[in-house]
Amino acid sequence: MTSFLGRRIVSSAIPLVFVVLGVFCLARLTGNPVDLYLPLSATSQQRAEFSAAHGFDDSIPVQLWDYLTQAAQFDFGTSLRTGQSAATMVLDAFPVTLQLAGVTMLLAILGALLVGSLAAYRPNSLIDRIAGLLSMIAASIPDFWFAIMGVLVFGVGLDWLPTSGTLGGAEVWVLPIATLVIRPFGVLVQVVRGSMVGALSAPYVKVARSKGAGAGRVVFGHALRNAVTPVLTVAGDLTVGLVNGAVIVETIFGWPGIGKLMIDSILQRDFAVLQAAVLITAVTIFALNILVDVCHALIDPRVRQAVPA
Amino acid sequence: MKPSTLPAPAAAEGAALEVEGLRVELRTPSGTVRAVDDVSFSVRKGRTLALLGESGCGKSMTALSIAGLLDPVAEVTEGSVRVSGTDVLRLSPAGRRKLAGPGLSIVFQDALTALNPVQPVGRQLAEPFRIHRGLSRREAKEKAIELMTRVGIPEPRLRARSYPHQFSGGMRQRLLIAMAVALDPDVLIADEPTTALDVTVQAQIMRLLRDLQTERDMAIVLITHDLAVVAQRADDVVVMYAGNVVETGPVHEVFAHPRHPYTKGLLDSVPEHAVRGRPLPAVPGSPPELSAVPSGCVFQARCPLAQERCAQERPHLVSVGASRSAACHFSEELDRV
Repeated sequence: MTSFLGRRIVSSAIPLVFVVLGVFCLARLTGNPVDLYLPLSATSQQRAEFSAAHGFDDSIPVQLWDYLTQAAQFDFGTSLRTGQSAATMVLDAFPVTLQLAGVTMLLAILGALLVGSLAAYRPNSLIDRIAGLLSMIAASIPDFWFAIMGVLVFGVGLDWLPTSGTLGGAEVWVLPIATLVIRPFGVLVQVVRGSMVGALSAPYVKVARSKGAGAGRVVFGHALRNAVTPVLTVAGDLTVGLVNGAVIVETIFGWPGIGKLMIDSILQRDFAVLQAAVLITAVTIFALNILVDVCHALIDPRVRQAVPA
Repeated sequence: MKPSTLPAPAAAEGAALEVEGLRVELRTPSGTVRAVDDVSFSVRKGRTLALLGESGCGKSMTALSIAGLLDPVAEVTEGSVRVSGTDVLRLSPAGRRKLAGPGLSIVFQDALTALNPVQPVGRQLAEPFRIHRGLSRREAKEKAIELMTRVGIPEPRLRARSYPHQFSGGMRQRLLIAMAVALDPDVLIADEPTTALDVTVQAQIMRLLRDLQTERDMAIVLITHDLAVVAQRADDVVVMYAGNVVETGPVHEVFAHPRHPYTKGLLDSVPEHAVRGRPLPAVPGSPPELSAVPSGCVFQARCPLAQERCAQERPHLVSVGASRSAACHFSEELDRV
């Protein structure tokens, strides 16, 4: 298991390097921040000073080298906009997104396992059809529409929930989480249902029934663990989407998360913050993929064995 | 067609398993078809009955309906199945579950898919004891290890923690058999238990089954298309064709003097009867689609003896000697050939 993990970490680190390089170069293609931060009336001497102060006068390879040597010492530069350390800004924003994503996925997975299993237990039953219809709707609703309708109905119309902000108790979570959870839930119900139908028609389920196992034992004792592998893979992908910035939800509900921070720093050519934000999401996504792989290995002994020691 | 009025081959008295007039229908997109029609037989404790027929003749469907494991598209529409006197088709789902294991159990064909790939085998073997005897995890595990020892798994204590894919095909079949006999069932259904195995392992598995049968006094229903297995291991045979029983009786009599042209055709196509330089004898044609079973005799299209009568009138299973019966208008003639 340890060697399995080590191997996965090494093989993930390589693409990570390319992501860092790619973002660094692409960011510099968006234009010179000098034009944005200095007034049109700035003299060429002022412009040169600004460039020199932030290192934009060096050639790209030199800038890259400086960036890498500093990053290796956990110095990710300072924000052009705020003058704050980029790392601090990212680390302030990231937990907000992570919390949103974590709670969302937890609810989506648990809900989907329950509803999907119920639907799969009797294919084409009434429950199955209702679940199929609802999950399709859930998976297709545009989240910005749902969010705005939520604000309109529950925030403005009924005045039950706050329209935006992170200050308050549990009620501030309701609309953002509801908006985020609906699509992953819809998608996952369909995945769970599909793989559960497959698992429930497998011979080992017949064998379990032939031993006198009841519905609960058949579904949760035998089928679920076999059915959950594709669910994990899809859930991993969906989580990546959430971590990558629930931009719309963060914008509509005014949550200072990483998605909002990234968009702002792109628009402002705030390279240091952008690079730090991409780096932390990339690391998280790789960690997430490793986590999904580890879960696969824990669930299925055949995956564990397929990796030579 | 009405259920056969004829008594099943083995004496019904004290039978461990009695199947009478069993009919199974399948719902398909193009309508309902009969997969099993008017099948009757019975087996006593300690005896083996073979259900013989080619793929798709309804023998596995018969087994699954006896065990109550039919897929939702299939349904038993007529007949009765009694396990040690209890009509299992009338039981509640909970009542059936109670019987599944101690009353009747089943060994499936492909042991790789029949064992749960993500559970250690020890836990799967312990499950019957957990479900029916309410044993603790540890007690049940001890029972599982005893069973593994009994069916000849080396180092059972260690191997109980292994997963199905870590065993050979023969060992997996042993595990599956161990699981099926865990609670000393009255009736054991073995659905082609050796088809997935190579020949030497087949013989070992059949021997294990026979030893367990003697030891635990089980009635065995052996489902197979292997004539040699039937000849060596079964006491009685039920030959099925297109969902119908075409001939039944004690194996040695049926095989020595088949009274149905299908049985005869099967026996003639055993390669030992082949003559050098001539094509291997075979039953020409293939079985009818279940949706297009003819109104007369089900075998008419492939039968060398078929006449006009066979197209109009379906032959009933009639007695053709002591504890033998056949469903052919011309079974008398066949005997004289």
